[in-house]
Amino acid sequence: MTALDEGVGATTRPGEPAGPDLVARFGRGRRSRTLWTLGLALVVVLAVAVAGQLLQTSAGDPDLPSRLQPPSPVHPFGTDRFGQDLLQRTLVGLRLSLLVGTSAAVLSGALALLLALVAVVGGRVAEAVVGWLVDLFLALPHLVLLILISFALGGGTLAVVIAVAVTHWPRLTRVLIATGRESAGADHVAISRALGHGRVHVARRHLLPHLVPHLTVGTVLLFPHAILHEAALSFLGLGIDPGEPAIGILLADSMRSLSAGHWWLAVLPGLALLVVVKLVDTIGNQGRALLDPRSHHL
Amino acid sequence: MVVDLLTDGAARTAEAAPARIGRLGPVLRTVRVLSLLVAVAVGAFVLVAASPVDPVDAYVGADLAAVGPEQRAQIEERWGLGDPPLERFAAWAGNVVTGDLGTSQIYGLPVTTVIADRFAASLSLMALAWLLSGVVGFGLGLLAGMRAGTWVDRVLSWWAYLLASAPTFWVGLLLLYVFSVSLQWTPVCCAAPIGTLPGEASLLERLHHLLLPALTLSLVAVSPVLLHTRQATIEARESDYVAFARAQGDRGTGLVLHRVVRNAAGPALMLQFAALSELFGGSLLAEQVFTYPGLGEATTQAALRQDVPLLLGIALFTAVFVFAGNALGDVVHRRVDPRARREVAA
Amino acid sequence: MNRRELDVSVESAALDVRDLRVAFVQYERGLRRRVVEAVRGMTLSAHPGEVVALVGASGAGKSLFGHAVLGMLPPNARATGEVRLGGRLLDEAARRRLAGRGLVLLPQGGSYLDPTARVGAQVRRAARLAGRRDPAAAAREALAERGLEAGVERLYPHELSGGMARRVVGAVAGVGDPAVVIADEPTPGLHPEAVAAALQGLRRTADGGAAVVLITHDLRGALGVSDRVVVCRAGSTVDEAAVADFAGDGAGLAHPYTRALWQALPGHGFRAPAEPGAAS
Repeated sequence: MTALDEGVGATTRPGEPAGPDLVARFGRGRRSRTLWTLGLALVVVLAVAVAGQLLQTSAGDPDLPSRLQPPSPVHPFGTDRFGQDLLQRTLVGLRLSLLVGTSAAVLSGALALLLALVAVVGGRVAEAVVGWLVDLFLALPHLVLLILISFALGGGTLAVVIAVAVTHWPRLTRVLIATGRESAGADHVAISRALGHGRVHVARRHLLPHLVPHLTVGTVLLFPHAILHEAALSFLGLGIDPGEPAIGILLADSMRSLSAGHWWLAVLPGLALLVVVKLVDTIGNQGRALLDPRSHHL
Repeated sequence: MVVDLLTDGAARTAEAAPARIGRLGPVLRTVRVLSLLVAVAVGAFVLVAASPVDPVDAYVGADLAAVGPEQRAQIEERWGLGDPPLERFAAWAGNVVTGDLGTSQIYGLPVTTVIADRFAASLSLMALAWLLSGVVGFGLGLLAGMRAGTWVDRVLSWWAYLLASAPTFWVGLLLLYVFSVSLQWTPVCCAAPIGTLPGEASLLERLHHLLLPALTLSLVAVSPVLLHTRQATIEARESDYVAFARAQGDRGTGLVLHRVVRNAAGPALMLQFAALSELFGGSLLAEQVFTYPGLGEATTQAALRQDVPLLLGIALFTAVFVFAGNALGDVVHRRVDPRARREVAA
Repeated sequence: MNRRELDVSVESAALDVRDLRVAFVQYERGLRRRVVEAVRGMTLSAHPGEVVALVGASGAGKSLFGHAVLGMLPPNARATGEVRLGGRLLDEAARRRLAGRGLVLLPQGGSYLDPTARVGAQVRRAARLAGRRDPAAAAREALAERGLEAGVERLYPHELSGGMARRVVGAVAGVGDPAVVIADEPTPGLHPEAVAAALQGLRRTADGGAAVVLITHDLRGALGVSDRVVVCRAGSTVDEAAVADFAGDGAGLAHPYTRALWQALPGHGFRAPAEPGAAS
């Protein structure tokens, strides 16, 4: 009711047409604002990925004379204890984060879609089995599950990428099953089944089109989780090979000299990660607003 | 801590799933939980057994050169490493059923003892963070929901979404730098003053050491409770029964207390219990930052130093912990929301 | 301020609404915005002791009338127009302050009760809000008046039957002895006897001195208890007629749409009225 509390009394002159006057009271141009935000976020994220790729080889150069310098125009993020430029190392680390995020999104998204389709068209047993699998993957704290998988794969960068990629499907699967069940209950699906169309046909022709928007958004929103989990694993020392500039490793390193007052080593890479995660999240949310306008009504 | 905020609608459907299970009879539910626990045990064992890391090498560590092949063979035999995996699993599972989880290699104590000690330390940390984040998150969520669309709501929602994207350990590092390094209000590490055992430290000292890790955990854990409570509050506010209450002249605090709080509390409580899983993940990171000797730190050490029995024990324990959290959430939800009571009775 | 306090003289109408308009802003796929005007000019007045029926097809914006008068529209809606209570022009905030005492909404059914609170608590709360001195006694009385035993007070809404829930809603709305009652579709899906009972209840409320607005699509039922009928179509009120004019083949009815509604009833020519595109 807050919108009404803001001084819109009943004192408007009678007989005055309400249309244009009322329109003016609501915010303007939400559509173009959404599109602009979406585009800007995409551009920044892509720029980070490209910069990280370009700096990949040069970011490792140690420069001992200029070690542990606070942020300056030459080194906007300062330098670490080997004199390496922290901004460059952060960008390379973010590129890795985005890579992990992408692979997790692609793999977990595909798994979620497959399992959801099986659950929706496969009958009650298939649904129960998928539900059980989802519960199984949610039975352990996510980080513990990641540690176990990474451990099984012997650790290292590839192990982390795989562990993160294969564990982010359960919640998205639940969402897709719920959506799929809704559209599977629709009349045209029942008619299609009655016409003798098989399960694969129903899944491809009638369910997939309804699931794709949710899948797209869900996959983008899964990104941040994946990125943060990768960083957490690396921070614990269970992920990316130490020495490689992943954000988690940069932050773990920063702990050594935090008490010496080298704040920038901890603050800036973490802040950069936060910004990237937030940007990807923005892309997902703005995309959702475009696909599902009701979510934006309030 | 990473938060699941896929979509508001998605979050609700995700919550609807446990409710469906809730409609199964108690027997079926028990069977389901047991089957999941067995699957966790098998899965964890398979994963650990698949590791290419040689457990003996890991155990021996730096003394590798000093250990002869005979000693190696002795260790392998003692651990039963020569046996086929299935036999090893059977032996391990048999022991687990009798309550024997083996001996931790890095601590040299029974796994059950290590878990019990460490969990006691983690429990105070998690309990404090859980209460703090629950109360603060619910309160702020109510406020944001009742003021939806105003600047109060915008600031709170923005803050919650921002925290949801922030790495827990980074938040911990920031707090550590500000309060322990710069202001020196709080200790830099551990659960007790350096040189004393946790058991010897006074309650005040222990609280002092607990403060910052708990604050780290609760700061990040606030955001899902806040956002879900906000959503539930908005739904309640738009409901027919609140419209009718307004039509009777109910407004302001009275309306919130009588018509909104209870309706929003059910989902919030369920979420907060289900979040125990995330909370444990967060405690892993917070304990690492503050070198707090809890179960989370033990988990990291077990994985880093290839302590297979401890890792398996912790996997099983956390699974039970998560299930217990979900079950408690169901019970409490049923107490708060009379409709949930009917669903189970039906 | 209930009926006794709200000094309503018989000359000035208890409720007087002029040219009420309600518009909604909606977002379509791709976030294209459009404004939908759901109520486009409704005018209606009701005097103490009177039942005025607001009749129209579903989607004619009738229910919005009640919500707008009470100042309870959703946030994406805007209302304009004049609303007077007891002769005083009141804005939405002032109307919200009068809600429950001067003015109540009597809605349709069980979803208007808080699912997490017991019946007794809800009726007592309404009594307290209406300023009744002994809320517990007033609640018990309001429930008993509607044939509900004391045991009902301990039940939760989901434990009530549809008919019981409706009566509880009536008790909650009526416990404050309001000057104006806006009854929103009180009869759909009821047995004929239940319909008659619900409508007679409204008649009694009016005979007790309240002004009652009966929002309904059931013209025949409305004619049985009303003093006047206001007809609305596609969001605006088009005609007002005395109950006595609804007779024979409808020759006494001035407006063609009103006549068409009357003739659509069995036994009056049985012609379906032409419906323009529904507004909401």
